[in-house]
Amino acid sequence: MTEEVVLMKGNEAIAHAAVRIGVDGYFGYPITPQSEVLETLAELKPWETTGMVVLQAESEVAAINMVYGGAGSGKMVMTSSSSPGVSLKQEGISYIAGAELPCLVVNVMRGGPGLGTIQPSQADYFQATKGGGHGDYRLIVLAPASVQEMADFVDLAFKLAFKYRNPAMILTDGVIGQMMEKVVLPAPRPRRTEEEVTAQCPWAATGCKGRKPNIITSLELDPSVMEQRNLHLQAKYAEIEEKEARYEEINCEDAEYLIVAFGSCARIAQKSMEHAREMGIKVGLLRPVTLWPFPTKAVKERAKQVKGILVVELNSGQMIEDVQLAVECKVPVEHFGRLGGIVPDPDEVIEAIRKQLINKQ
Amino acid sequence: MKEEIIIAGFGGQGVLSMGKILAYSGLMEDKEVTWMPAYGPEQRGGTANVTVIISDERISSPILSKYDTAIILNQPSLAKFESKVKPGGVLIYDGYGIINPPTRKDIRVYRIDAMDEANERKMAKTFNMIVLGGLLKIRPVVSVESVVKALRKTLPERHHNLIPMNEEAIKIGMEIIREAGE
Repeated sequence: MTEEVVLMKGNEAIAHAAVRIGVDGYFGYPITPQSEVLETLAELKPWETTGMVVLQAESEVAAINMVYGGAGSGKMVMTSSSSPGVSLKQEGISYIAGAELPCLVVNVMRGGPGLGTIQPSQADYFQATKGGGHGDYRLIVLAPASVQEMADFVDLAFKLAFKYRNPAMILTDGVIGQMMEKVVLPAPRPRRTEEEVTAQCPWAATGCKGRKPNIITSLELDPSVMEQRNLHLQAKYAEIEEKEARYEEINCEDAEYLIVAFGSCARIAQKSMEHAREMGIKVGLLRPVTLWPFPTKAVKERAKQVKGILVVELNSGQMIEDVQLAVECKVPVEHFGRLGGIVPDPDEVIEAIRKQLINKQ
Repeated sequence: MKEEIIIAGFGGQGVLSMGKILAYSGLMEDKEVTWMPAYGPEQRGGTANVTVIISDERISSPILSKYDTAIILNQPSLAKFESKVKPGGVLIYDGYGIINPPTRKDIRVYRIDAMDEANERKMAKTFNMIVLGGLLKIRPVVSVESVVKALRKTLPERHHNLIPMNEEAIKIGMEIIREAGE
């Protein structure tokens, strides 16, 4: 088997990619609009082929703690859920970040707060990028904008997670999760052998015969040691911010107005941009691919040439704060958002550019 | 080439699967495709719709405000989508259950009595393929060969004996579609 071109949903692509790149374990609990991840894995029965464990846990809390255990032994493990379920996982995520373990958490966002609605939303941006759990920690957050990226980012997330021993998140929503597109699935590769895991993860709890035990914990009662541990984490985060910010720019070279949008909103905004350009309004699109680290330098640089920036999100204004920090008040930064599961159509975004940026000047 | 299509009707009519077959047929021709359902707490008898885009180039938004072609299979969907067809675009509707037909003059309107035809021929399960045939007659966005290829690829082998019946349904659709008002 090599690469394969298929038509599938974003959620299904995540499941297929996980099996094909040799993920060791998935632990999850069903919730709309991400249930196809677990469903597809159950259909694929990878335990019969690659030996990957797929387990429906008794709850989201159990699932994330199974991830904690699997990650502690150096395995490639993941979970997926949607907003309310990801809230339940926050304690575990904080522990995993504190214990410096790699793993992948997928959040296919839905409208909130609370149980909210099953329709698409991007209202968990703060939770994902600013630390939804307690303590001074960061997740590496990837925001796919296509089914292809849903498949590709599983591999990317694990690469980054293992490189930095840090939990990574794919932050997406019902649009990308439920949409079908053409996708090239990665060529299958076998799961790592026990020897390879031990060699790659000298920190992991793999059995301590012939070496000192590795202790995996986020607990440290001596504050002077704990401060050092925090400083170590901060140094790691600074390195990630320096090296791993990713973004895509479309039609930015001659742009007079800039849209900043991620995930599903970036797709919609791209259409708005095409329409606006047909009408003679020079609009460009900057799409953050990593939400943390945020592509601050790229936004700052692009802000120098434009008359104004519109941040388009499926929330009341969350990523706009990172854009404002990057822009440092050099140009007006406006927000357009729909809430509670409503997805705007491309015309609404053009209307917002007219009202909030062009006609304001 | 880029075709932006909305297919809308009742849940259970095969709206989503028709869209999927259309999208898969586009894939067979190496085109870019998106299939975006309006998902929700859907149920049989509720409304269902799906946006399918087939294009030679990378597709931007999977969610649209205007469509080249609308396939309308019930009255509530007509009320919702008639105004969203681009001027000069195409609207295809099934006459079954549509009491107030489309009124716009700046689009091309076609009627296909696929539901009646399917019931008459005892081919109720291929209703959506009759409609698809109608679409392909008016807007040949993909070839019938590609549709058959897509069916072969998506249907489990044990159902491959149903493919000729689906081909037949497409042919019927191509024959019975006509301009509205004729």
